Amino acid sequence: MAQVTLNAVRKVYPNGAEALEPSTFTIPDGELCVLVGPSGCGKSTMLRMVAGLEDITEGEVSIGDRVVNDIDPADRNIAMVFQNYALYPHMTVARNMGYGLKNRGMDRGQIAAKVREAAEMLNLTEFLDRRPSQLSGGQRQRVAMGRAIVREPDLFLFDEPLSNLDAKLRNQMRIEIRALQRRLGTTAMYVTHDQVEAMTMADRIIVLSNGHIEQIGTPNEIYEHPASTFVASFMGAPPMNLLDAEAGQGRVTLPGGEVVPQAGVNGHTGAIKVGIRPEDVAPSAQGDLSFNVDIIEELGAQRLLHGKMAGQDFSVAVPKDQEAATGEMRLALKANAVHLFDADQGRRLG
Amino acid sequence: MADITETRVTATPVARPRKRIRWDHVADHAILIAGALLMLVPVYMVFATSSWDAITVHREGMQFGFSDQLGTNYDAALFEYGGFTDSVNGVTMLANSLILGLGFAIGKIVVGMMAAYAIVYFRLKFATLAFWMIFTTLLLPLEVRILPSYEIITSITVFGLYENGMGNSYAGLIIPLIASATATFFFRQFFLSVPEELIEAARIDGAGPVKFFIDILVPLSRTMIAAMFIIMFVFGWNQYLWPTLITTDESLFTLVRGIRQIVQSYADGSETPDYGQAAALAIIAMTPPVLIVVFFQSWFVKGLTESDK
Ligand SMILES: Nc1ncnc2c1ncn2[C@@H]1O[C@H](COP(=O)(O)OP(=O)(O)O)[C@@H](O)[C@H]1O
Ligand SMILES: [Mg+2]
Repeated sequence: MAQVTLNAVRKVYPNGAEALEPSTFTIPDGELCVLVGPSGCGKSTMLRMVAGLEDITEGEVSIGDRVVNDIDPADRNIAMVFQNYALYPHMTVARNMGYGLKNRGMDRGQIAAKVREAAEMLNLTEFLDRRPSQLSGGQRQRVAMGRAIVREPDLFLFDEPLSNLDAKLRNQMRIEIRALQRRLGTTAMYVTHDQVEAMTMADRIIVLSNGHIEQIGTPNEIYEHPASTFVASFMGAPPMNLLDAEAGQGRVTLPGGEVVPQAGVNGHTGAIKVGIRPEDVAPSAQGDLSFNVDIIEELGAQRLLHGKMAGQDFSVAVPKDQEAATGEMRLALKANAVHLFDADQGRRLG
Repeated sequence: MADITETRVTATPVARPRKRIRWDHVADHAILIAGALLMLVPVYMVFATSSWDAITVHREGMQFGFSDQLGTNYDAALFEYGGFTDSVNGVTMLANSLILGLGFAIGKIVVGMMAAYAIVYFRLKFATLAFWMIFTTLLLPLEVRILPSYEIITSITVFGLYENGMGNSYAGLIIPLIASATATFFFRQFFLSVPEELIEAARIDGAGPVKFFIDILVPLSRTMIAAMFIIMFVFGWNQYLWPTLITTDESLFTLVRGIRQIVQSYADGSETPDYGQAAALAIIAMTPPVLIVVFFQSWFVKGLTESDK
């Protein structure tokens, strides 16, 4: 068990590309920390530096109270699960899981016992003698998990482990991984580009964009107080609406002249971005904002109304039992619905 | 549902096609049969001829039928000592050919795999240059560089071994043949197709370079190795020019040379060449490569059906 600390860790690839700007954070012992961001933002790079598969250009990585910069991956006491499973195709499930232990010089009986225990935990007992090619995708990913578990590592590293699975299996495995990690109490870093995975699994989320950390926080903090327009639009489905507006005379005005309620501007004047989540507004005859619905999208549990507010794209989510029609309507804001961002940098105001 | 099943049942007899002779199929088969005969008839004729005595073959040429000399000819081919020094018989030559074929195939696979491993997996300076230099040896088979190779091998001494050079030794027979890029090239291409994550997983599992090679890469390459083994063994077995040049000691003669040796006596004008015996030796020389191919083919199929990727 161990906490993980990155201290001003930076990565520049030999071709000169800066994949990660200096980043500093600590993952407390036992937490599952999700690195999330769009493809190419540097998530894998960060994870692979912690694993020791990639050189660290600058800064320090510590696992527990040990700086691991110059320690071989095998000696960092970590375990990694890859997107394409990376099982050894010529070995049985049991040998795949036990290979790392064998290399550590553990005796056969002990390895067999550990493998059996992990296999039971993962419902793999009946597959122990099979080759990876004789398993389904979900089973293969479980074997990869098993290989990680038997090593009893200080730290689990997951690099998009569910991306090769179909949607239903993905949901199921998400819950399994989460439950397993809780049960073992092992610190984990989990990379994904899927914000739903991040929101549902994480104790703590690190949102990355273009090689820098946009925000670190619990799923709730990230959702309730996105630190930037990037986080606001990346986290949450459907994404937060972002409207261009003007601040002045202590209030925020949309281009059509409507005043956005709840917006305290703290003396900020000029161009501003207003963020409102689709689920934070509701149709109401006495609402403050006018909205023109173009398209209605049925999602089962809810329906999405897409249209224009003050001439800009806007979406509203309403529960399925609420009637909706295209055309003009008025919207009322729920409590604390308005997020304000600076128009140039996209930073949160207040 | 019921409707659909009913229509199906009634439709079945109508849908059955009438058997007709497909003339294009007949033509295909004719071509294939002709090709097979072209390959097999000469082998059959050699086999049939190996049952005749030398005089008949000398007078009437190759034979289609069988005679009664089969046992005698094979016995003589295998166990009768011959040559100028009377130091070599069929069994010795068979053993020499096996040593050459196996030594060549195994040596080539081992060297090729290790060279490819170094080139693909280690960050070496000039790795690409090294690879292309190895690659160009494909353009320089032994036959092209045979004189300098002969010069080197007959003059080289290794740590006091081979005082008079490597001529007339198994090492001299095998090592120069191993020096070419085919195996290195094929293994390089194969290693490049092994997913990167597998290496990373092995690194985290604590497998160093040697363990990774032996535990992971070699087992993964087994179909590749089997294929290389077939090709290389047959190639080594059939070597003629280099063994002729490098071995003058008759106890090192290979089968392919032995056949020539029998027919040679005719050119020398000393006696009627023992054609039956030569044919028997030819059949004996053909058998091991055929067995190797048949044996390893089942490995091939196994490797393919148990496909892991
Ligand atoms: N080996 C490499 N050499 C050069 N650039 C790389 C290498 N690996 C990744 N990159 C670059 O670094 C950036 C981050 O990559 P990566 O960490 O794999 O992104 P992610 O996992 O978030 O999709 C990308 O722009 C990618 O092109
Ligand atoms: Mg990635």
